[in-house]
Amino acid sequence: MKITLNNTEETFEKDRMTISELLELSKFSYKLLIVKVNGKLIKKDAYEDTIVKNGDDVMVLHLVTGG
Amino acid sequence: MTFEEIKIKLKKYTVGIAGAGGLGSNCAVALARVGIGNLIVADFDVVDETNLNRQYFFHDQLGKKKVRALKENIERINPNINVIIHDIKLNENNIVDIYKDCDIIVEAFDLAEMKQMIIETCMTKFPDKPMIIGSGMAGWGKSNEIKCKKSGNLYICGDERSETSAQNPPLAPRVSIVANMQANTVLEILLNNLKR
Repeated sequence: MKITLNNTEETFEKDRMTISELLELSKFSYKLLIVKVNGKLIKKDAYEDTIVKNGDDVMVLHLVTGG
Repeated sequence: MTFEEIKIKLKKYTVGIAGAGGLGSNCAVALARVGIGNLIVADFDVVDETNLNRQYFFHDQLGKKKVRALKENIERINPNINVIIHDIKLNENNIVDIYKDCDIIVEAFDLAEMKQMIIETCMTKFPDKPMIIGSGMAGWGKSNEIKCKKSGNLYICGDERSETSAQNPPLAPRVSIVANMQANTVLEILLNNLKR
């Protein structure tokens, strides 16, 4: 499948996967993230149940301490 | 647009700033200099000597509440700005009340957990309000790694990587770059896009 990940088109072998699988495959290892799928916020407790499929627009933002 | 035209336009807007530390104090000062009409700033902390390496406060303000010190400093720069301050620790509930009338919200917290809390709260309660986050600014150098990323109404400024630690403290140059990038994003939204 092809998805837009952080404004870049990316191709994955699988046809669909959960947010958790996508984060692991794409090596997003930071503890605190903000994940949006097609503009909708996905909270952490829904990463296992939310499916990403062909054509989806996924945004992953890293939150790190400091300010 | 001339600066006179910019000032007239900016005067009618209200920007909420969540936190008055390194990001919040510097961002508020930049917005006050260009003439944003109203600023709403909340923070519970007092000015400490360890803050002076990056935050817009002065040595003679040590021990003062940050929101009061910031209001004083802004009044010295531009007395025409209406600065509304809240000496309070922000949480899921009071954020909604304090920032409901803002045109834009600037996230200016220190801890990543707090950043997540305000993003989740505002995206749920104010899905149409633009919000500008600061994430990743500790240390020095690597200016070109600091960027601004947009996702719908959410803007994220920083390198999304450089976390504060004992060996990688937050310092004035990089923190100010991000704070001013947040202020610059506010202007971009207000002057180019936001219809009112």
